Amino acid sequence: MGKTLEKHAVQELDRVVIKFAGDSGDGMQLTGTQFTGTSALLGNDIATYPDYPAEIRAPQGTVAGVSGFQVHIGKTHIYTPGDNADVLVAMNAAALKANMESITRGKTIIIDSDNFKRRDWEKAGYSEDPLTSDELKHYHVIEAPITSLTRTAVEGIGLDNKSITRSKNMFALGMVYCMFSRPMDYTERFLKEKFAKKEFILEGNMKALKAGYNYADTIEALSSAFTILPADMEPGTYKNIMGNQATAWGFLAAAEKAGKELFLGSYPITPASDILHEIAGHKHFGAKVFQAEDEIAGITAAIGAAFAGDLAITTTSGPGLALKGEALGLAVMTELPIVVVDVQRGGPSTGLPTKTEQADLMQALYGRNGESPVIVIATTSPANCFDMAFEAAKLAMEHVTPVILLSDGYVANGSQPWRIKTVDSLESISPHEPKPNMVNWQPYERDSESLARYWIKPGIPGYEHRVGGLEKEDITGNVSYDPHNHEKMVKLREEKVQRVAHFIPDLEVEGEQEGDLLVVGWGGTYGSLLTATKQSDAEHRSIGLAHFSYIKPLPRNTADVFKRFKKIVVCELNNGQFVKYLRGEHPEFRYEQINKIQGQPFTVSELTKKFVELIEEES
Amino acid sequence: MSDTTTAEYTFKDFQSDQDVRWCPGCGDYAILRAIQKAMPEVGHKKEDIVFVSGIGCSSRFPYYMDTYGFHSIHGRAPALATGVKLANPSLSVWQITGDGDALAIGGNHFIHAIRRNIDINILLFNNRIYGLTKGQFSPTTDLGFKTKSSPQGTIDNPFNPGELVIGSSGHFFARITDKEPKAMTEVFIEAEKHRGASIIEIMQNCVIFNDNVFGDYTDKEVKSDHQLHVVHGQPMIFGKEGNKGLRLNGFKLEVVTIGENGVTEEDILVHDAHDEDSTLQMMLARLKMPIVTGVIRAVAADTFNVRMKRQVEEVERTSKFKNVNDLLVSGETWEIT
Repeated sequence: MGKTLEKHAVQELDRVVIKFAGDSGDGMQLTGTQFTGTSALLGNDIATYPDYPAEIRAPQGTVAGVSGFQVHIGKTHIYTPGDNADVLVAMNAAALKANMESITRGKTIIIDSDNFKRRDWEKAGYSEDPLTSDELKHYHVIEAPITSLTRTAVEGIGLDNKSITRSKNMFALGMVYCMFSRPMDYTERFLKEKFAKKEFILEGNMKALKAGYNYADTIEALSSAFTILPADMEPGTYKNIMGNQATAWGFLAAAEKAGKELFLGSYPITPASDILHEIAGHKHFGAKVFQAEDEIAGITAAIGAAFAGDLAITTTSGPGLALKGEALGLAVMTELPIVVVDVQRGGPSTGLPTKTEQADLMQALYGRNGESPVIVIATTSPANCFDMAFEAAKLAMEHVTPVILLSDGYVANGSQPWRIKTVDSLESISPHEPKPNMVNWQPYERDSESLARYWIKPGIPGYEHRVGGLEKEDITGNVSYDPHNHEKMVKLREEKVQRVAHFIPDLEVEGEQEGDLLVVGWGGTYGSLLTATKQSDAEHRSIGLAHFSYIKPLPRNTADVFKRFKKIVVCELNNGQFVKYLRGEHPEFRYEQINKIQGQPFTVSELTKKFVELIEEES
Repeated sequence: MSDTTTAEYTFKDFQSDQDVRWCPGCGDYAILRAIQKAMPEVGHKKEDIVFVSGIGCSSRFPYYMDTYGFHSIHGRAPALATGVKLANPSLSVWQITGDGDALAIGGNHFIHAIRRNIDINILLFNNRIYGLTKGQFSPTTDLGFKTKSSPQGTIDNPFNPGELVIGSSGHFFARITDKEPKAMTEVFIEAEKHRGASIIEIMQNCVIFNDNVFGDYTDKEVKSDHQLHVVHGQPMIFGKEGNKGLRLNGFKLEVVTIGENGVTEEDILVHDAHDEDSTLQMMLARLKMPIVTGVIRAVAADTFNVRMKRQVEEVERTSKFKNVNDLLVSGETWEIT
């Protein structure tokens, strides 16, 4: 790296967005995470977004098979993976075609020219060679024969053809490292660990990485090398964390904090399975992982485990939540603490399994038979998944009630730096359990403040009792068909959930505290909305952001916040679900809405444009 | 939790304060009593016993037992019982289910609980009819049988629960009728002693919608000739005169009479419930006349819950992470000062 620094002037950038795109077998996710890890260690703030097809290996060289990984790094705070790329790495013609919309004019495209032969661009759906047509004339294109250069670099070490070709992602990574003045040691350490027992493959990857770096240096890929200085972040120890991983860790921490064993009942489903994988990898904390025969068994086993005293959770995505509906109602009726994680994806039905959406909100709130209230909360960013998983577990155990935690594909697969917390620093968890040897005890008697019933596990003498899905008599918990009792119990269960509002933080406003426009959002859109809010703020416009993590119940000060602004706009990646809920809960306000239903996150630019329009239009 | 010494219980200690609400004459009463009688014998304290059920007439059962109980939703009791057992393996977990609950809506959970060999006891009340929804056919109703939802007769092939259990890699299967209180209690105790998923099919009479469906096996006049109660290690002999038995003829079972055609007691098959090879046990489960009752299969095997515990302990012993903090600070980290 030193050589580069001497040879070229190194320009400092505040932020840069890089997108790696190739065939789904080209290792683009790995390449992207390596660049991310290296930049994180340099102290940059980061946000990432993988964008990959639902098919494991779609036909090679087609647009359907393109897998992408976008990473946004900055010395300023970064809240989104970026709207458009400043540098696109396209390993073949299909990767170029699939990403033309996501690269800004005038920016840099690195192309593996070995994969732009006639059959390659035809397969990608081009009618003429994109390298010679006008397609790319507004971009800075670096045509590099990456595949053949990789082959030359690693020949002679005895690798088979397939392994040689598979090293080309390291060549591309080396090029980008050089262009952005990144050291290679993080990736070198990674490769040494990953291929510790595969000497030739290790050597091939290392050679390809270095060859790519030197090649970019030699051809002076960019007119000057760039660097992004460390971001000004809160002091502490950081690590890069993915949303699903953080969710899993939040539950592990909550179990330890509460002195409970963690039970996960789950059936694999995209994009939630990584939570299952992560917890399955950490059984050393007594975590019990039950991969069930289906979604229903996943939640029902969790309910059984909750009844028997474990911190019980189940993880799924929208279609799975639909299947769990009846069992969730059972948890409502039996008033047991379970957490259901729904990592939302595009729906309905199988929908867009690998794409993000926020369209399960109504299902989470109302998708069950009968009056069936549960606590609903949402994660706002990859690192926030840790906090909200912990919070979901805490609320479930303290209020003895089911909780739905809404995450989404964007948050779950994205990553960002996380300031590491220790278990000691987390809030305490006090499950609402009976004291020993209570007299005149009743299964459905309630805490006067929270209305929680006791969480009683089998094995304690004198507390033998029966629960079930039939309506319960108030206090005794006996089966009751009494009409007035039913009405009372329905209202008690609702009131119990509403009272959670006394135990959660107030809604905060970021940006202006009053004025022209209040941007309202919930869950995974936080980063885009915050960035757009900040960028839209100007001298003659006052704009604030109220972002909800707590949906049912809503924070108590919601109306107080809403009334401080002239206009309220509710922004969601669905057809208007939260806004519908707000219109029901707070009908006194008028709500504008911005909705996007493309399986993709909001871009900052589209939001900013609409915010400004909303402020400037006559009301 | 669980004590090895039997507490000084009588069956009355297991009666809850709830009124039992099955139809007068229902076979469920006898089963409830047989269970309550088995409980003092199995050596668990009341607080360590959990009864779990799904939906159906039989599934009201937990309300009538003065233990911990969970009346869950239709078909899902095996999964719920699995969760209870995995959360606390020292509990004695009993699942009460019917032919619709276990074999129709809950078929998936039923076979998987058996396949995994979760250490629970599943009491399958088979009356070959839907009672709670008032008289539709079930997955065990005989082909051609007329019910409310099959006025011209069913066109469904029925399941034989024994075949399904053994076919799902089951290690314990017993069959009993609701007319034999003593034998029921004995089989329940056997089931509880067995480690793993123990399935007991109880031929149970629904007086309202399918009265006397098992009459050809249970009526006093024919019972001895139409039922063969097997005991491990004993020859399979039955009949009013105690002179009928089973032997193998080629690959088929045949009923023979001792003393006729040169048949002696030596020719009669001796029951081996412990044989891992289920071929003969499957034949016994399938036999229609006589019907075979008693413990047909009881083979010792590892249970899921023991394996899970073992795996967790192994990981805890060998892992570099001793608590969650160790995990949180693991991997590549960096300091910002």
